Amino acid sequence: MNYETVIGLEVHLQLSTESKIFSASSAEFGGDPNSHIDPVTFGLPGALPVLNRKVVESAIMMGLALNCEIRRSNHFARKHYFYPDLPKGYQISQFEEPICERGQLLVRLEEGPERVVGITRIHMEEDAGKSMHDGRAKCSFVDLNRAGVPLLEIVSEPDIRSSAEAAAYLKTIRRIARYLGISDGNMEEGSLRCDANVSLRPVGEMKFGVRTEIKNINSFKFVERAISYEVARQLSILKSGGEIVQETRLFDSGNGTTHSMRSKEESADYRYFPDPDLPPILVEERWVTAVRARMPRLPEDLRAMFIEELGLSEYDASVLTAEREDAEYFLACCQESKNAKASCNWITSELFGLLRKENLETAHSPVSAVDLGKLIALIDEGAISGKMAKEVFEESFRTGASPHDIIQSKGLKQISGDGEIREMIVSVLDSSPVQVADFLSGKDKVRGYFVGQVMKLSKGSANPAMVNSILDEELDKKKR
Amino acid sequence: MSEVLDLTVAQLVQKLITREISAVEITESYLAQIESQMHLGCYLSVWHENALKAAKEADSAGAPSPEFPLRGIPLAIKDIFTTSYGTTTCGSQFLHEYESPFTATCVQRLLDAGGIVLGKTNLDEFAMGSSNENSSFFPVKNPWDVSRVPGGSSGGSAAAVAARTCPVALGTDTGGSIRQPAAFCGITGFKPTYGRVSRYGLVAFASSLDQAGPLGLTAEDCALVGRVISGVDPKDSTSVAREVTRWEQPLPESCKGLRIGIPKEYFLSGIDPEISLAVESAARVLEVLGAERVEISLPHTEYAIATYYVIAPAEASSNLARFDGVRYAKRAAGVESLEELYLRSRSEGFGSEVKRRILMGTYVLSSGYYDAYYLRAQKVRRLIQQDFLSAFENSCDLILCPTTPTVAFRHGENSASPLQMYLNDVFTIPTSLAGLPAVSLPCGMHSEGLPIGFQLIGRPWDEHRLLSVGQEFQQETTWHSGVPIGILSSSSSGESSKARVDA
Repeated sequence: MNYETVIGLEVHLQLSTESKIFSASSAEFGGDPNSHIDPVTFGLPGALPVLNRKVVESAIMMGLALNCEIRRSNHFARKHYFYPDLPKGYQISQFEEPICERGQLLVRLEEGPERVVGITRIHMEEDAGKSMHDGRAKCSFVDLNRAGVPLLEIVSEPDIRSSAEAAAYLKTIRRIARYLGISDGNMEEGSLRCDANVSLRPVGEMKFGVRTEIKNINSFKFVERAISYEVARQLSILKSGGEIVQETRLFDSGNGTTHSMRSKEESADYRYFPDPDLPPILVEERWVTAVRARMPRLPEDLRAMFIEELGLSEYDASVLTAEREDAEYFLACCQESKNAKASCNWITSELFGLLRKENLETAHSPVSAVDLGKLIALIDEGAISGKMAKEVFEESFRTGASPHDIIQSKGLKQISGDGEIREMIVSVLDSSPVQVADFLSGKDKVRGYFVGQVMKLSKGSANPAMVNSILDEELDKKKR
Repeated sequence: MSEVLDLTVAQLVQKLITREISAVEITESYLAQIESQMHLGCYLSVWHENALKAAKEADSAGAPSPEFPLRGIPLAIKDIFTTSYGTTTCGSQFLHEYESPFTATCVQRLLDAGGIVLGKTNLDEFAMGSSNENSSFFPVKNPWDVSRVPGGSSGGSAAAVAARTCPVALGTDTGGSIRQPAAFCGITGFKPTYGRVSRYGLVAFASSLDQAGPLGLTAEDCALVGRVISGVDPKDSTSVAREVTRWEQPLPESCKGLRIGIPKEYFLSGIDPEISLAVESAARVLEVLGAERVEISLPHTEYAIATYYVIAPAEASSNLARFDGVRYAKRAAGVESLEELYLRSRSEGFGSEVKRRILMGTYVLSSGYYDAYYLRAQKVRRLIQQDFLSAFENSCDLILCPTTPTVAFRHGENSASPLQMYLNDVFTIPTSLAGLPAVSLPCGMHSEGLPIGFQLIGRPWDEHRLLSVGQEFQQETTWHSGVPIGILSSSSSGESSKARVDA
C-alpha cells in the first residue's frame, strides 16, 4: 500500500511595527528585560487594550498578497490559559472571525511541479513574553518585552505533500512578508515561527489520517528534516499495522528526531469569547483599496515581468526576485543600462560574488545600482571593454569610488578609434615578420598572437571587436 | 464647622466663589466628620495629609470657575479606581497593599477640575456584591441604621455621602452598584450610558457592563460630577465620542409633555408595599409637573437576572485571571511548584463571593457549555435591550420604576443564600444589560425608618433630559434632604481608626 504525505503549516509572523498591537510600548526586538512595557503590557488592574492600526493594515496586505477574502467585520477573542509570561491570564487573539480567510499561494519548488496551497485563515494576535528557566537557581525569570508584540498567524490548508514543498512554502511566505516590509521573517530570531501538522493516508483515500503536530522548528532546513523524520516514523508504524497517536511532538535539532511532549494534557479548553474591551473591526472597501494601492509589487508579479518583458530566464528571474532589495537593485540598474540581460549577469555573478565574500547585503553594496547600470551602458557603447569594466567594478567595490571617477582618473576608456587601432595593428604586423609569414602560409592560429600583441600595446584598452575586424582587413591586405 | 457638612456641591461652590469659606476649612470639616464616623467603615484609606495639601493649593489657585468647576470640592473615590497616590485594594486581600503607577482617567478628570480626594471608599470585593458585606476588610454600616447594610457594591461611597463625610463620591455600577446603595442610603446615584465614562483605571469586573458614576445629595451635584468625568478617552476603546453638555443646567420644563413609561412587569408581587406606594407618589409628582403616564411592557424582564449572572461572572472570571500571584499583589508563601503558586495565591487572595463568580464564569465559558449559556445569554441580552429601545421609540421618553424591592436589609440576612442576594438587583440589572443611563432618587421613608428610592431610566445618551427631570423632581420634594439621626451632631464615635490614614 502506498501512502501520501499530508502537511498543513501554521506560521506565526512577528510584525515589525514600531509599537505593540495593543499599547504604545516599543515592539523592537531585544532591549533590557522588562524595558518595553507599560500598564497594558503588564496587565495591570485597570489597563485596557487599544488596537494599533498598522497591525490591521499589515494583516490586510498579507491577506491581499495571499489572495484571501478580507472580512469586512472581524473581532478579537480572549484565549485563556495560565502561564507566567502571559500577563493577563489570556491572550488576545482572533477565533471565530479572523480578518482574512480562503486564500491561496503558489509555491514553486527548485525542481518539480508547482503547488497551489490553500490558505485557511490569517488572524492577528499578541505575542506572549519570554520565560527563562534557571536549573541551578531553581527559579524562572520572566521578560515581558515580547508580550504584546503583534503576530499574524497564517494557517494553511493541508495541501502540502512533501517536506521540500513545506520548506518552499515557508520561504515563499517569508519572501512575501519581506517584500511587504511587514516582517523580517527570521526563523533563527523567532520573527517567523512554524508548527507542522503531519499525517499520512493511503493514496486515493479522501479521509485524512491521524495527524501529529510538530513544534520547535527553528530553520528552513530543520523544517525539511523534522517532517521527513516524522513521515518516516509514521510510515513505519502504519506499515507494521500500528496506529498513529494524535499528539504534539517536539523536534530535536541535535539528532533530527521528534519526540512526544510528555507532560501534555488533552487539548486545553481556552474558553474563547469575544473580547469586550475591543469593538469589532470594520474593514471598509475604501481602506482595502487604499492599502492595495500602497502595496509594493509582489515577488511573483516581478518574476513574471522579468521573464515576459525583460527576457530573463526563469532561473535568473527567480534568483533576482528572491529578495526585494535585489529585485529593486536590478530594476534600477536596468533603468540606467537599458540592458536587462547584461544587468542580470553582472548582478548575479560579479555583484553577488563580491557581496557574499564581504558578507554584505545588497542594500549595503558599495557600488550603487545606478553606477553599475552606467558601467554596463559604457560597455555597450564600446567606450570600455568588458574585461576593463570588471576591474573597474572590483576597484569601485573595494574603494567606494565611483566607476566613472576610476575610469577618468586612470584614462581607461577603451580605444575605439579606427585610426588609432589600425596604427597599432600595422605596427605589430610590421614588427612580426616571422609570424606574418607563418600566417600567410596557412597557420591560422597565429592570428591570436597578433591580437595579444595589440592588446599588450594598448594596455588592454583596445576595443576587441574593432581589433578583430581591422586586423582581418590588414591581414587581407597582406594576402594580396 | 458642621454647617458645611450638609451643603451640596453647588452650595459649596457658591460659598467658595463668594469667599465665605475656604477650601481648607471645607476639607478640615469633612476630615473631622470622617473621623467621627469611622465606625461606619466607609473608608479603606483616608488621605488626610494629601487632602489638606490639595486644599491649600486650591485656595491659592482661586475660586471655582468654568475651567475648574470642582476647585476646592472634596470627593471620596471607590477603591476600585486606580490612583497613583495611596493604595488601590478593590476591597480584596489580593491587592491589600497595591500601589498603582497610574490614576484612572475619570479620577484624573476630577482632579484636573480641581477636586480634592479625601480617601478611597470601601466596597464589595472587586465590586461583586449588593451589601458591602463582601469586603475582605470590614463591612460598611448603613448610617440610617447601623444594623443594616448600605447596599453594594458601592456601599462605602453611598454611606460616606449619607453620613456627610463628603458631599459627593465616585462609585461604579455593573448591575446596580451605584443605584441600589444610593436608594438604601437615601441619596442620589447616577449611572451614565455605557461608553460615556472611560473605564481606564476602573479595575474590571464585567467589562461590557461596568460604568463609573457619582453618588451625591442631589441630582444637580450628580449631573455636574457626571459630566466632568464623561467624554471619550483614547485609552479606552469602548468609550464613545459624543458631545457632553452641561447636564447640571436643567432643560427648562423638562416634565411638560414628558411621556413616562411604567413597565408592568416591574410591579408584580415581591415588592414591599410601602415602596410601591412611594414610587407611585413619585410618579404623581411628575404628573403634577406636566408629565403623562403610559403603561409599557418589557416582556423579557424575567430573564434579566439569569442573563446577568451568566454574562457578568463570565467576564469577571476572565478579568480576574491576571491575579495569579506572579507579578504584583499577594503571592502565597512557601510554594513548591507553579501550579501551587496559582492555586494557593488565588485561594488565599480571593473571598468566597469572588470565587463563586469565577467558578460560574469559567463554567459558562467552557467548551460544551459556551453555546448554551454565554452565547444564549448574549442573545437574550439583545432582546432585553430591544424591549427598552422599542418602548422609547413607540411609547415613552423616560421609564419610571422602583430601585429596589426592599429597603436596606440587616447584616447577614441574605448572606446565607447568594440567590436571595442576587434578587435585590431585579430592577437595576435590566438597565445595565441595555447600557442605558439611569438615576436613583429618594422618594420616601419606610415605616422602619429607612429610605426608599425610585429610578428613572433614559434613552441612550439622553442624560441631560434624565437629570433635568431629576432636578425638577427635587425642586418639588424634600426626600433628598433627609439626614440620618445623629450624623450631624458633633460627637466623635470613639472608635479607633480602621482605615489606613496617610498622616
